Amino acid sequence: MSLAARSGLHTGFYDVEKVRADFPILGEIIHGKPLVYLDNAASTQKPRAVLDAVTNYYRHDNANVHRGVHTLSERATIAFEAARKKVAGFVGATDPSEIVFVRGTTEALNLVASSYGSLVLREGDEVVLTQMEHHSNIVPWQMACQRTGARLRVVPILENGELDMQAYASLLGPRTKIVSVTHVSNALGTVNPIAEIVRQAHDAGAKVVVDGAQAIAHGPVDVAALGCDFYAFSGHKMYAPMGIGVLWARRELLDAMPPWQGGGEMILTVSFEETTYNVAPHKFEAGTPDVAGTVGMAAAVDYIESIGRERIAAYEHELIGYAERELLALPGLRLIGTAREKTGVHSFVLDGIHPHDVGTVLDHQGVAVRTGHHCAQPVMERYACAATARASFGIYNTTADVDALIEGLARVRELLG
Amino acid sequence: MSDLRELYQELILDHGRRPRNFGPLPDATHDAIGHNPLCGDKITVHVRMNGQVVDGISFEGQGCAISQASASLLTEAVKGRKIGDVMSLFRKLTALVTGRDGDVDREGDVELGKLAVFEGVRQYPMRVKCATLAWHTLHNALEGKAAAVASTE
Repeated sequence: MSLAARSGLHTGFYDVEKVRADFPILGEIIHGKPLVYLDNAASTQKPRAVLDAVTNYYRHDNANVHRGVHTLSERATIAFEAARKKVAGFVGATDPSEIVFVRGTTEALNLVASSYGSLVLREGDEVVLTQMEHHSNIVPWQMACQRTGARLRVVPILENGELDMQAYASLLGPRTKIVSVTHVSNALGTVNPIAEIVRQAHDAGAKVVVDGAQAIAHGPVDVAALGCDFYAFSGHKMYAPMGIGVLWARRELLDAMPPWQGGGEMILTVSFEETTYNVAPHKFEAGTPDVAGTVGMAAAVDYIESIGRERIAAYEHELIGYAERELLALPGLRLIGTAREKTGVHSFVLDGIHPHDVGTVLDHQGVAVRTGHHCAQPVMERYACAATARASFGIYNTTADVDALIEGLARVRELLG
Repeated sequence: MSDLRELYQELILDHGRRPRNFGPLPDATHDAIGHNPLCGDKITVHVRMNGQVVDGISFEGQGCAISQASASLLTEAVKGRKIGDVMSLFRKLTALVTGRDGDVDREGDVELGKLAVFEGVRQYPMRVKCATLAWHTLHNALEGKAAAVASTE
């Protein structure tokens, strides 16, 4: 029996046991049970290659970047800029200077809302968001609107969890300056038709910001094919360290945007009378960056590409299909989000049992899921539930993990039903 | 599963499934809304005071078994009590679920009674807010912070 066959799926060449062996944390025992980690939409675990890259950086190369002429500073700078180039290639960008390193998706979205928002938004202008946005793609735009007098328009979600594209088309108009939309919903798993959203927005003269946090680890991402103007994502959701993230933006937009945070690195000259600013991306990278984080991110890119993003997408597609069939076989379980195109997550509620209780009982079986509103309270409101339980999948999950979840849910019924 | 039973005791499951004093309260003199920012749960506590005594109390809203049971048992525990004793119970319950036992003993003669069933919560730090939400909300209601959001720790 091949390893792939043991995974229980038909993706013949995907060796999930080999992948699992690369993640030391998967050996943890939780409440006496082997860890079943199904909270990948909140944060993914790190393969040995990433852990080693970060450790090796600190052991052998650590120094500040772009500042010294000594050898370590040179090594750190080379590693930092090499990571930028690698990440650019990872999302299909041809120019590494279009990659701005930030702390994560939240910071990237705040940067765009603050800097690009102040550049283009005026009183009466409109920013189009969707009802399925994470709070981090809502609040920065509310703040930008408060500063500028622009206002938010919201694309509603259909019952199955897809965007109402007719409503979207009708919201676009001459006042629309920015459309900011998630690539994949963290609460519903819906994959949005970004290329089509971009086409319509561009016809209306608006720029498109894409929150890629939930898409980046689940399949190929190509900003050129998507056609968007900004793409934001986090390292820690793609098997890289926490605290590092990326904003990709078109070079001409970065050039036109005013600086965001002030400090070292982002300047050319400083006097008390006048400061001149560095060019993008350095203009947006004030202060000492998380170089180790970028090195870890580059290692994660290599790791993901060594498996193959198409293969990851195919394997996970089969896995969440299996999970959906198993979940729907449970009496009293309601899936929240049944879009035709889904990836990464299944949100669900059990009749008469609160998700928090589900989460506590599952944890006792070693099964880690997220419970709560997933920082997407408008989505919860849309489906009239205060919270859901969410199982979210990654490259190391197996059908055995799904089986453990299902068994855990049976225990939930037994105890709390 | 055995230690889960310490958290989900029968009394808690019973009050979680069939909360007592659930619904609006005619002639309420104090109300407050409490949010649990962790999960988005929201409850409203209504109180009718007669002088210094809690004459009537009820609650509304959705939540997990722990928070519903806590709110339900709260209503039974404070009805007919003087405000000072209610505050003592609040502090005693909070100390119980956060594991600060020393504080419990300093709270004088007020007995926790059925509320002692929440002792198991101390093993679950992530669930402390569920057990204290109703109490913080009641506290805010009595302090007159009707429009305020209950702090949940």
